Amino acid sequence: MSNYEIKEHDVLVIGAGGAGLRAAIEAAGKGISVGLVCKSLLGKAHTVMAEGGVAASLGTVDSRDGWQTHFRDTMIGGKYLNNYRMAELHAKEAAECVYELEKWGAVFDRTHDGKILQRAFGGHTYKRLCHVGDRTGLEMIRTLQDKGVHSGIDVYMECTISKLLKDGDKVSGAFGYFREDGRYILFRAKAIVLATGGTGRAFEVTSNSWEYTADGQALAYDAGADLIDMEFVQFHPTGMVWPPGVRGILVTEAVRGEGGRLTNKDGERFMWKYLPDALRGDYAADINEANAWVNDTLSGKLKTDYRRPPELSTRDNVARAIYTEVKEGRGSEHGGVYLDISYQPADRVKKKLPSMYHQFKDLADVDITKGPMEVGPTMHYTMGGIRVEADTQMSKVPGLFAAGECSGGMHGANRLGGNSLSDLIVFGRRAGRGAAAYASNISEMPKISDAEIKEAIDELEAPFKREKGHNPYKLQKDMYAITGSCFGIFRVEADLKKGLDMMEELNERIKQVGCGGGKNYNPGWHLARDLRNLSIAAEAIGRSALSRKESRGAHSRLDFPDTDEDQGHENTSVWKDGDKMQLAKTPLPVMPAELKELLKKKEVSHA
Amino acid sequence: MPEAYNAKLRVYRGDASGGTFKDYTVPVEEGMVVLDAIHYIQREVDPDLAVRWNCKAAKCGSCSAEVNGHPSLMCKTRMKGFSPDETITVQPIQSFPIIKDLVTDVSWNYEQNKRIQPFTPKKDTDWIMYQEDIERVQEFRKCIECFLCQNVCHVLRDNDRKDAFSGPRFMIRVASLEMHPLDDADRLEFLHKEGGIGYCNITKCCTEVCPESIHITDNGIIPMKERVVDEYYDPVAKFLKKVFSPKK
Ligand SMILES: Cc1cc2nc3c(=O)[nH]c(=O)nc-3n(C[C@H](O)[C@H](O)[C@H](O)COP(=O)(O)OP(=O)(O)OC[C@H]3O[C@@H](n4cnc5c(N)ncnc54)[C@H](O)[C@@H]3O)c2cc1C
Ligand code: SF4
Ligand code: SF4
Ligand code: FES
Repeated sequence: MSNYEIKEHDVLVIGAGGAGLRAAIEAAGKGISVGLVCKSLLGKAHTVMAEGGVAASLGTVDSRDGWQTHFRDTMIGGKYLNNYRMAELHAKEAAECVYELEKWGAVFDRTHDGKILQRAFGGHTYKRLCHVGDRTGLEMIRTLQDKGVHSGIDVYMECTISKLLKDGDKVSGAFGYFREDGRYILFRAKAIVLATGGTGRAFEVTSNSWEYTADGQALAYDAGADLIDMEFVQFHPTGMVWPPGVRGILVTEAVRGEGGRLTNKDGERFMWKYLPDALRGDYAADINEANAWVNDTLSGKLKTDYRRPPELSTRDNVARAIYTEVKEGRGSEHGGVYLDISYQPADRVKKKLPSMYHQFKDLADVDITKGPMEVGPTMHYTMGGIRVEADTQMSKVPGLFAAGECSGGMHGANRLGGNSLSDLIVFGRRAGRGAAAYASNISEMPKISDAEIKEAIDELEAPFKREKGHNPYKLQKDMYAITGSCFGIFRVEADLKKGLDMMEELNERIKQVGCGGGKNYNPGWHLARDLRNLSIAAEAIGRSALSRKESRGAHSRLDFPDTDEDQGHENTSVWKDGDKMQLAKTPLPVMPAELKELLKKKEVSHA
Repeated sequence: MPEAYNAKLRVYRGDASGGTFKDYTVPVEEGMVVLDAIHYIQREVDPDLAVRWNCKAAKCGSCSAEVNGHPSLMCKTRMKGFSPDETITVQPIQSFPIIKDLVTDVSWNYEQNKRIQPFTPKKDTDWIMYQEDIERVQEFRKCIECFLCQNVCHVLRDNDRKDAFSGPRFMIRVASLEMHPLDDADRLEFLHKEGGIGYCNITKCCTEVCPESIHITDNGIIPMKERVVDEYYDPVAKFLKKVFSPKK
């Protein structure tokens, strides 16, 4: 058997984005030994890309805001499929977690009176997104990184975990390799926190980075945890569509938050057509009112009595609207629609949206202060994920915790913008605390089985032994064809079934994936392993989507266009049973009466 | 739309034990960047070609390399910027040891950060900060840690004084803390001694390559140099400062 080094920690955190870093800081604060592993260099995780802001009801801009409204917005956005307890904790704790970042050195944009400035975002009743221009994620990850390196955490960079190990039913460690030279490492740990992010790389058009290969979901699935709500994949309405090389790159919702207008090729502001009747009253009645809202925002007025423009409808709705406009022949030159902010003063646009300005200028030769952008939907966020217990973030597997995008439940059927960054700090902190408490109750390191280690090594080495094996990049492309055409923004039974059949066939080929070269920094080898994780996610998405015979939030079935009250009381959950993926519907936790009461209250949006 | 053509790339292939440039031909699509060309090579020719990248949107600072000798983010370098008959040379950044192909060992940088005293807020602050007082700090905090400035700084690159100078990236890291309106620590001694600010002779090469357009020298290093000089070489100024003014 190949050699491997061994490290021991009370708590091992896998993933160094916002959630993982926050969890590691929390656990280390309890005076125990903490290891933090990430596939990339520290500070490069997906969180760095987040733009628009972090949602928290500080009420610095609009004092009417409070956790109750944030809770309600989150539940309405999630079409009531959220784990109510997670939504409650999130709404209650987000503000203190944002202030905590400030204490650790984050420098958010300010209001006139020197407090943290908040901006409007889709689905949030009041101006609620704390931000730093359009690089909020960078601010957050750098703050946590700087805090983390002074918290006594051992960081293992460019180290990929490929397998979780168990002692009986409990988690006992993790096995992986360093990208640099392919050497192996065994981590022994009493508790493990997964914070590995999403599944975007299962789709071709995505705003997500190469790291989003569903590793955490697959690791947990293999270890016996449930994945819930995997049918809910968020397609962000505004990704770049042109030129081809940049297709999918995100155009932040902040463009619309700052007053960006969506039009089709005929110049029509089409979003009014797509507002759900029940929510129509929350939006400006016409162009005049929308303009008045923008003018108030531009003049720096903190509160406005006008209602927001229809462009600030929830993401699922805007994405479907754009898709439909394009499909019905009213799209822009390159198959998107137009998003325009150029009617505002150029200086303001550059100040408020600097990275968008540069992104379009550098990558598409478009000056967004002079003309419109072309945008279309892009796969953006994975609402589903590892099922966890709300207060501690522990999964079904004792000692295995999950936080951030790889966990499920918090966002229900659709995530509101800004609610992920807040999710990371609220539940990262809780997971760190939960894992530390769990580890502290265990006196001895759990046992590691040699057989499991051998299996982990054999799995990693197999691709080298198949000289004529399939090219991993080609297999990934084949997966894109399936997910794009069968598991995309609009779904229908026949396609979903076809997609699942094709996935079955693809899985057989993935088992025959090969790679050349050596173990030193070999991306082909890395992808060969990642493909397996992606295929688990893709299958879970397909199966879950097939089982939900209604449309709700981000899940749109052409054959079941309506929302079905009954299916709103159950989560879809999948788990591993031998070689097979099992699926069942499980009831949502029942919301206590006082929270139900909150949902009934009606507030008109003045964001 | 320009005619489709095949671009010629020469990409460094090798590791610590040595290596050579290898030639590749890559079909160019509109809007393509150098990183796309590298990905094409991975997908179609050499799956084991090593490269770092994450965001592909110039936000994470992973994909630093030297393209035709220019320190660049590959995801931001358009193929359009080169003429079709030009050979585009891509090699790793030079100031750090190579791991493989385009990937270098930048761990030294992470060690520098650990030596800098982190943000230390004033006691009993009300956390009120005005936008005009944080503009400068926010400029420095735009840094994406691409380490291109570290790559071009001659103190690190030609003179290899990593033992003596933390480099421009960490000068502005210190600046972002020192100029934070609510920070209460003093990092001048660090700058003067371990950080080695005296080694910088203001060539501004770092500022020129910064993809975030941070004015590393003018806004960060020079004002800090002035303070270090005050503190360490001018006892009178030092005395007066201590008596009459708050620290910043
Ligand atoms: C372009 C863009 C803009 C966004 N803007 C916003 C916004 O404005 N507001 C908002 O709230 N949300 C936003 N989001 C969503 C949000 O950024 C993400 O959901 C969030 O950052 C995920 O954080 P995380 O901590 O869960 O994971 P990440 O930050 O992705 O971190 C995952 C970590 O896990 C590691 N990892 C993965 N697999 C392994 C493995 N096998 N072994 C070891 N390590 C592993 C990775 O290296 C990485 O360190 C945006 C997303 C994108 C793509
Ligand atoms: S200005 Fe100073 S830090 Fe910047 S490159 Fe020149 S010597 Fe290095
Ligand atoms: S200062 Fe600029 S060049 Fe230097 S690491 Fe930061 S972003 Fe890169
Ligand atoms: S890939 Fe992130 S900066 Fe180039």
